[in-house]
Amino acid sequence: MNFEKNKIIITIGLFIIFTFYSIILYTSVYKNDQSTNDTNHDGKLIWQKYNCGACHQIYGLGGYLGPDLTNEYAKRSEAFIIAFIKNGNNTMPQFDLTDQELHSLMQFLKLLDSSGSSDPRTFKINTNGSIEQE
Amino acid sequence: MEVLNKNKKAVASRFILLGLILLVLGMTFGLIGSFQYIIPGFAKHILSFEQVRPLHVSSVVFWIISGAIGAMFTYLQEYNNKAIFSTLLLKIQFYLFLSTFTLICISYLMSVFGGREYWEFPPILGIPMLISWVLLIINFFKSLRTLQHQPVYIWMWLTGVIFFLITFLESYLWLSPFFRNYIIKDITIQWKSYGSMVGSWNMLIYGSSLFCLEKISGNKKYGHSKIAFLLYFTGLFNLMFNWGHHIYTLPTHHYVKHISYFVSMTELFIIGRIIYLWKSSLTEAQKYFHILSYRFIVAADIWVFLTLLLAILMSIPGINVYTHGTHITVAHTMGATIGINTFLLLAFGFDILYKGKHHQQYARLPFWILNGSLFIFWISLIIAGILKARWQMDTHQIPFSSMMIQLRPFFILFTISGTALLISISYFVYLIMRNYLSNKK
Ligand code: HEC
Ligand code: HEM
Repeated sequence: MNFEKNKIIITIGLFIIFTFYSIILYTSVYKNDQSTNDTNHDGKLIWQKYNCGACHQIYGLGGYLGPDLTNEYAKRSEAFIIAFIKNGNNTMPQFDLTDQELHSLMQFLKLLDSSGSSDPRTFKINTNGSIEQE
Repeated sequence: MEVLNKNKKAVASRFILLGLILLVLGMTFGLIGSFQYIIPGFAKHILSFEQVRPLHVSSVVFWIISGAIGAMFTYLQEYNNKAIFSTLLLKIQFYLFLSTFTLICISYLMSVFGGREYWEFPPILGIPMLISWVLLIINFFKSLRTLQHQPVYIWMWLTGVIFFLITFLESYLWLSPFFRNYIIKDITIQWKSYGSMVGSWNMLIYGSSLFCLEKISGNKKYGHSKIAFLLYFTGLFNLMFNWGHHIYTLPTHHYVKHISYFVSMTELFIIGRIIYLWKSSLTEAQKYFHILSYRFIVAADIWVFLTLLLAILMSIPGINVYTHGTHITVAHTMGATIGINTFLLLAFGFDILYKGKHHQQYARLPFWILNGSLFIFWISLIIAGILKARWQMDTHQIPFSSMMIQLRPFFILFTISGTALLISISYFVYLIMRNYLSNKK
């Protein structure tokens, strides 16, 4: 009997904590987080529309055929990136984006770059196994 | 409730049959994808990687979900010794599921994307998926009388069914600007939902696995034991809170990472138990090893061990910094979805659909080829990942494309073992299908 009751109590307890945790995450914004405006927001949707994420990663998340592009904007010029997208290469298809779409996409990559660094070399590893970004 | 008869039961098994077809289809797409890794531009103009990858991932994820639904409803009926609440609802759910999957494939083939892992299809197709899940929930709850004194697998099914709905809805929160407009928050919620979603289908599958084991061994004690519930709660705790290991390197709240790090380490308890029980499990395994479904469960147990080992290591942030963004992640994902999920679902497939004596004598060689090739497949991804991790950490990085050329031998090994994997899994699918069809006649 007690066992039955304990099971229910543990389940409800966990569920309540889960709900609170979810609400906190839904409503809070981390200090460096960047809010989109109309242009870079469109750029984000263009990233999704062409499924760039199937071959590229953002913060290490995505497909692995191509490189991580989180900080691409800092590494390359806009002209380079645009040329790459328009021409593709032997693996990456060429994408016929309009100038407007390219502009929005660049703004998105710029915003993404300013949100932080995905480069693992920028992390300091503590002895307890946790990490900090330098 | 309707009485249980063969025809009613068959509706649930349709989900497994459909799943088996999706499995073979999905692996074929995976093989095309692996060719694109080793032959740049392979079939690029017919089916580019951004189409192949979601075709692969969606097909195999639908295999897992479809198989899990089929097994759960079949076993629920066996448990109740009654048909489920409504076979009609189940049929509707089945056709919704099938047609949604077809539309998803068409959208990928037409390069129409929603562009978000793992549901890379346009969000509108989430609606029939949602409806089909709601029908499942109605059927499940109406078939269940009480939660009092139920064995652990009922709890697991219940958890899986509810959390799939929650996490599925959560994965669409990005449709609202409130969530989408902050890029880091958006990614955080995205991986919160997917992390837990994987946990929820695992609940469905592990639940069925316990039922299946109980059926084979005839021992009904375990399902009510304290240790079974302790493991269940460890699983639930991880389902809810360990997803943060996907995003250790994302500049989001620190507590997300600390919580996840701590929670993930509770899985050491599970691994400790596996090691502790190693010897008795082996003796037990020998007793039933002639039963094919049991053999797959044993193989899955070994993969649980290997996967957990890798997962726990990857859940230490200091190690994750190295492994994140490399093929070690893919090794983890495919190791788990094949070695654990697919193996268990094949076990259920044999148990539910295969009538008569299992063809153990034919199956021995394919079974070992399957396990051996999966191991090589897994190791080749891990080595490719280690090399990429070294590159990522290198102060003088060579260009990305040169690094990928260095990994090529391991991608070739991956493709060869992947081919063997495809052939050996397909062989088991064929065994089940052939037996099922010949019994139907
Ligand atoms: C089929 C896979 C694929 C898709 C889809 C894809 N890419 Fe690529 N992309 C690649 C590969 C592979 C490379 C690396 C090429 C190389 O270095 O040889 C690359 C390189 C790039 C580069 C240059 C990186 C550098 O600094 O050298 C940019 C920029 C880029 N992609 C942007 C995009 C954008 C934006 C999209 C979506 C519109 C996209 N890619 C879609 C595969 C893909
Ligand atoms: C039961 C069989 C399989 C299952 C369940 C499965 C599952 C998956 C999953 C879930 C992913 C996403 C990985 C991630 O993002 O981390 C993936 C990726 C992939 N799989 Fe499989 N897979 C299976 C078989 C195969 C086979 C046989 C091959 C090839 C020979 C293959 C090739 C690939 C490739 C190339 C990727 C993409 C890697 C990338 O992101 O760049 N898979 N698979």
